Amino acid sequence: MNSPTTNGSAKTFFNKLGIDLRLLGMIGALVILCVMFDLITGGRFLTPRNLFNLSVQTASVAVMATGMVFVIVTRNIDLSVGSMLGFIGMTVGALQVYYFPDIVGLGHWSIWIMASIAAIIMGAALGAVQGWVVGYLTVPAFIVTLAGLLIYRGAMWWVTQGQTVAPLDPTFRLLGGGADGTLGETLSWGFGIVASLIAVGLILASRRRKANHGFTVKPMWAEGILIALAAGLVLGYVYIMNSYKIAKGALPRIAEARGIELTEGLTLYHGVAIPVIILLVVTIGMTLISTRTRFGRYVYATGGNPEAAELSGINTRLLTVKVFALMGALTGISAIIASARLGAVDVGLGTLDELRVIAAAVIGGTALAGGFGTIYGAVIGALIMQTLQSGMASVGVDAPLQSIVVGLVLVFAVYIDIVYRRKTGA
Amino acid sequence: MTNKTPLVELRNMSIAFGGVRAVDDVSLDLHAGEVVGLLGHNGAGKSTLIKMLSGAYNADSGEIYINGEKAEIRNPRDARRYNIETIYQTLALADNLDAASNLFLGRELVTGMGLVDDDAMEAEARQIMQRLNPNFQKFSDPVSALSGGQRQSVAIARAVYFDAKILIMDEPTAALGPHETQMVSELIQKLKADGIGIFLISHDIHDVMTLCDRASVMKNGKMVGTVDVDSVTDDDLLGMIILGKHPHQKEV
Repeated sequence: MNSPTTNGSAKTFFNKLGIDLRLLGMIGALVILCVMFDLITGGRFLTPRNLFNLSVQTASVAVMATGMVFVIVTRNIDLSVGSMLGFIGMTVGALQVYYFPDIVGLGHWSIWIMASIAAIIMGAALGAVQGWVVGYLTVPAFIVTLAGLLIYRGAMWWVTQGQTVAPLDPTFRLLGGGADGTLGETLSWGFGIVASLIAVGLILASRRRKANHGFTVKPMWAEGILIALAAGLVLGYVYIMNSYKIAKGALPRIAEARGIELTEGLTLYHGVAIPVIILLVVTIGMTLISTRTRFGRYVYATGGNPEAAELSGINTRLLTVKVFALMGALTGISAIIASARLGAVDVGLGTLDELRVIAAAVIGGTALAGGFGTIYGAVIGALIMQTLQSGMASVGVDAPLQSIVVGLVLVFAVYIDIVYRRKTGA
Repeated sequence: MTNKTPLVELRNMSIAFGGVRAVDDVSLDLHAGEVVGLLGHNGAGKSTLIKMLSGAYNADSGEIYINGEKAEIRNPRDARRYNIETIYQTLALADNLDAASNLFLGRELVTGMGLVDDDAMEAEARQIMQRLNPNFQKFSDPVSALSGGQRQSVAIARAVYFDAKILIMDEPTAALGPHETQMVSELIQKLKADGIGIFLISHDIHDVMTLCDRASVMKNGKMVGTVDVDSVTDDDLLGMIILGKHPHQKEV
């Protein structure tokens, strides 16, 4: 809004930075939650170990939440992602335990690749079918995906007649994080530096593009602060992950895996977990799709005014198929992370995940009426949800009370969002 | 201009919705550089007729000829290929997107890598809005934050930016004040001079009398008749609209 921003220099400050109030609010909520839990637990919450676990636990839900943004923005919903995750996890688990070893041999290096590709393709296919029924047969998404929720959970049981599949391929399991599934210290630093450089490059490239068209650009100090924030966040996270020691018991195994000689007094650190890297890549990819591709533009246009989108020549039916297929592919990625993290797949995998995913997207500012929602918002939403749950668990809140609190927070967050929208007229 | 091939010919167009014949065997033509007004009550079938030309509806029967050649228009994308642009009564804007995104919706400018080039689109949008509506400044706000007139100018800009040959304007001045209405009138004169054929749907007989060359009147889905505006009075047109009665003079 270009209304006068005279009430407080803080507001003008953030305006100049180009950070909107909503993002600020979400980050604020996250910081307050973390500090609060840290105080209550006497410093046991903001530890490298807990932050490592927190980020790994968030990855699966957050990856799906980025896809759910598109689904909700186009005025649809997907209730099937939890069951679909289970079905995919079970199928891919069975493939790598019972089928692939017969073809290429047990422990073959290609098993994790084939399993991962299968998971993503399977998700995209299931999603595309749902999207086709929604888009072309015009059955409401709520019904189609509610049916999906039941169907996939049932189909999952059939894959192994209800048996738990274990153990998954050792390389595949690295994709779930854990002490083995990290980049290690050196690579983590390398990753952090590359990611920071890319962020800086993108900020400066955007500034140059705008300046070339003669638009007013942010003052240089504002860009400087943004660059410092982006690089600081990435490198700070890497630093924390690199100060999480690997437990004594796991030391010989990790040392061998990393090719380090095991000596007396050797200490190794975790570094950034692979699922977190996957989440970061997905987040950047989805942000790019949402802001810089025609497909993304059409997703938002269709959510804002389906009729106008149609009249502008956008094939909104095909778009629905694509959106659900993308959601499915991301569910496939989450299925990889979730099953790899557990190292086994039982029939309960993914139960209630659909609600966590929808809650994350909605807490992150995605409007169920359609048209509004950001990828980073959904990821922060997922982080807030996970922080809340892990925090309550570490404080010792009973599980039933945890559900109650999460439920209340969901309603409260959406209410705040409604008030915010009304105030800004967005 | 009667012996030249018409720019657009709609022949025997019909469409029904659930048994209601919204448009019933209607024929109409339009020449380059001509403005044809479409008059009639609400529900007379004006917008429905025109939506078959813009690809929003598929006709049950009837044929469309563009420059004398049969045209297949099944959806808005087809219509755009024939350089048919439409300014809808509802404006058909995505309220959550900004002016430039709406202007280029479905025809985004892209960079060499195929990515949407928002900055280039905003620069283009600034240029065209400078000509159409010099007061327009809100380029970074969603169009929901704009006034009725500003929204209208975005919709108009979208139709004229892409080399329209055939322009359909459905009640273009309904939401506008006197000044902006004047602006639209001038724009129509200019586009007409450029050789663009325009269908102007309107409720306002005065508008039609001043802006149009011919006027077609519809009632209950049927064509009452098409007349030269110079050869009829306001009352004649009113009679056609209300009574469905063709005035006693030669048809065009």
